[in-house]
Amino acid sequence: MSRLQKLVIGRVSLGILTLFVVSALMFVGIELLPGDLAQQILGQSATESTLAAFRAELGLDQPAHLRYLDWLGGVLRGDFGTSLASGREVSELLGPRLANTMFLATYAAVIAAPLAVILGLLAALWRNTLFDRGVNLTALSAISMPEFFVGYVLILFLSIKAGVFPTLARIDSATGLWDALYRSFLPALTLILVVVAHMMRMTRAAIINVLASPYIEMARLKGVPRWRIIVQHALPNALAPIINVVALNLAYLVVGVVVVEVVFSYPGLGQLLVDAVSSRDFPVVQAVGLFFAAVYITLNVLADIISIMSNPRLRHGR
Amino acid sequence: MTNFTKPNGGPNRRGFLAGTAAVGAGLLLPRGAFAQAQPKKGGTLRVGFTQGSTSDSLDPATFNNDFMFASGYAVFNTLTEIAPDGTAQPDLAESFEASSDAATWTFRLRDNAQFSDGKTAKANDVIASIRHHMGPESKSGIKPLLEQITDIRADGDKVVVFELAAGNADFPFIFNDYHLGIRQDTGDGTIDPNSRIGTGGYVIDVFEPGVRVELTRRDDYWKEGRAHFDKVVILKVGDPAARMNALMTGEVDLIDRPDLKTINLLGRAPNVKIHTQDGTLHYIMPMQTNTAPFDDMNVRMALKYGINREDMIEKVLRGYGTVGNDQPISRSMPYYNDDLEQITYDPERAKYHLKQAGLESLDVTLSTSDAAFSGAVDASVLFAESARPAGLNIDVKREPDDGYWSNVWLQKPFCCSYWGGRPTPDLMFSTGYAADAEWNETKWDNERFNELLLQARPELDQTRRAEMYGEMQKIVKEQGGALIPAFGQYVSAMNESVQMPEEVSEMWDLDSQRFIERWWMA
Repeated sequence: MSRLQKLVIGRVSLGILTLFVVSALMFVGIELLPGDLAQQILGQSATESTLAAFRAELGLDQPAHLRYLDWLGGVLRGDFGTSLASGREVSELLGPRLANTMFLATYAAVIAAPLAVILGLLAALWRNTLFDRGVNLTALSAISMPEFFVGYVLILFLSIKAGVFPTLARIDSATGLWDALYRSFLPALTLILVVVAHMMRMTRAAIINVLASPYIEMARLKGVPRWRIIVQHALPNALAPIINVVALNLAYLVVGVVVVEVVFSYPGLGQLLVDAVSSRDFPVVQAVGLFFAAVYITLNVLADIISIMSNPRLRHGR
Repeated sequence: MTNFTKPNGGPNRRGFLAGTAAVGAGLLLPRGAFAQAQPKKGGTLRVGFTQGSTSDSLDPATFNNDFMFASGYAVFNTLTEIAPDGTAQPDLAESFEASSDAATWTFRLRDNAQFSDGKTAKANDVIASIRHHMGPESKSGIKPLLEQITDIRADGDKVVVFELAAGNADFPFIFNDYHLGIRQDTGDGTIDPNSRIGTGGYVIDVFEPGVRVELTRRDDYWKEGRAHFDKVVILKVGDPAARMNALMTGEVDLIDRPDLKTINLLGRAPNVKIHTQDGTLHYIMPMQTNTAPFDDMNVRMALKYGINREDMIEKVLRGYGTVGNDQPISRSMPYYNDDLEQITYDPERAKYHLKQAGLESLDVTLSTSDAAFSGAVDASVLFAESARPAGLNIDVKREPDDGYWSNVWLQKPFCCSYWGGRPTPDLMFSTGYAADAEWNETKWDNERFNELLLQARPELDQTRRAEMYGEMQKIVKEQGGALIPAFGQYVSAMNESVQMPEEVSEMWDLDSQRFIERWWMA
């Protein structure tokens, strides 16, 4: 078995173990929150008899560990259960939200990742020029502002003043692709502004770091043009850290967009998770949480694998 | 978001005050100021609502936010509805009448009321729908109010008879409740809780909990002069800024609960008008009258004189409220007693009462949280400041939002709370002030009050009822443990083209959440 295969198998099994731990931690976390679903739904109108009826119907009168094992058994059979609050299948509840979240994340990523890497390369190429300073300043300003503020500023100028884009990013299964791209442009742009800086700065720093190596000096002395030095000689050796940062930001695009969803009323997973936590609807919380954890783990494993593959020394071992 | 309601109670007002701002009195248009006389059919109404959650379902037992109240009223009729003048009027029922002791009520259904699948509404549909909220398995918020029903029976296809444990002249008011929309009997005396088939003016095209609901008008709706919009779309837009932006850019036509901090800017936008309703919503700081030091009436009076009500309305409610008089019956409700003298901020009077109680100064703890009502923490701190000159030292204790209603409310002797209001004094007093009421916040047990409550309930003579309720309001104000500093106003904003009748029902926001059926587009 090659080193890479061993590594992949090792990472994947560790990832699955992590998912178990995450699910147990989430369960404990929900149990620790004051009040249960029955109390949250009934709120001020809870009485002893309605609470008891509610709990009995949902099985909340069972001890916590039994409920967890019951849920776990279901998941191992591929059944994520039903939402306690609405009685709908969790998979059915999650489906459209998941699609929306992935759509927005992909939309933002497809623009942000190449843009950030290209800007980083150009900034390294024209280091310390006005271009470099300008790109850095813009990107850092965008990342320094909280997302909701960036969102509001975009709404103010692009929706209210200019009237070009809608303020509510409403999409559903009937929305066509172009329409969906148009309606969710503002949230996507907000996300792009928030994630570009990190990736761009990392690209720039990694390239500049490699540019200081003797072999680059050799290439330069041979008379290789500067752009070729960067793209052909520096970039391949700087890929590993860039890939890791890109993966981290892609994960953020999936799991960290709650605020942006709220500002634009975008029906994604974040809002579902917030609703589910506040009503203590643990099957939904678990499913969303597991999905987020899985995205995080998968992207990190992928980043490691690609880094290794991009590096011949690691690929072949010694 | 978590929602809190009481049975037959007001829609949740949490977040109502979410941040607030001073507004020139000129903005407060008198109600009906922009009403137009002639309703007109047509148009699509797009609504942006604060509430609505992915955990919502069509099961009426679980309704607990505006999104579901408004959708429910559009699709399902109730036996009665509250008219703008505050009375209960027949809706799906054609008429109702009581026996002389008000313990037997007979409701006659309309002959022409049809469900959207063409079937006529019958007595067994009504019985199944009401029974859904009764019995030991029920998890419905209205269960406690239905416990007075000892028997429901059909008398033919069109008549339903309710037998009550004791006389209740206000019984028809209960049926206005959003829980009690009439569904079809599935054949075995139960309803399908997720049924979408109602007798209302609209049918559901799309229902995505926590996102949107889309309704289309039924051309064969049996009620004359109602249901004007061709289509209605309700969107959940939780963020106040997003809601207001959407109204300004014309993506929605109507929003509830605009942010009061910036509402003056919203009012300046072209084509936008602000609408306010007085309503029954009120804020309360209940003192438990069976716990020291609140068991001393003079201590309660001292605290009542120690709060600066005008200040609270100006600073916390940003002008969108009216002063409370320590009794829960509002001006818009039947039997309101307007002879009562308005209590005002008077540190000297507070000191006097404190001395009567044999005290120089008083130390009490006020439990508060923005879960009680948004702005409660600010209101509590303001109260503590205004009370200090009178020798009242109020220690404001901030409690966690989560679990506030189970761990603080009804548990701590002095806390903050709110009531969405009730349509009648009897419902208000018997849910919140009767000695045996589950939500007797003030742990009050006044012999005369309890006696009057029981006497007034079955009384069908209006003059005598008014006298009794008038006296009860006086007793609560002068002796009770309820410190009610303010009544809040319902505020909404809409496109100029949205029209409403001259008079709207003020009990809850937006024509008591029946705007879909009652309002129209210019």
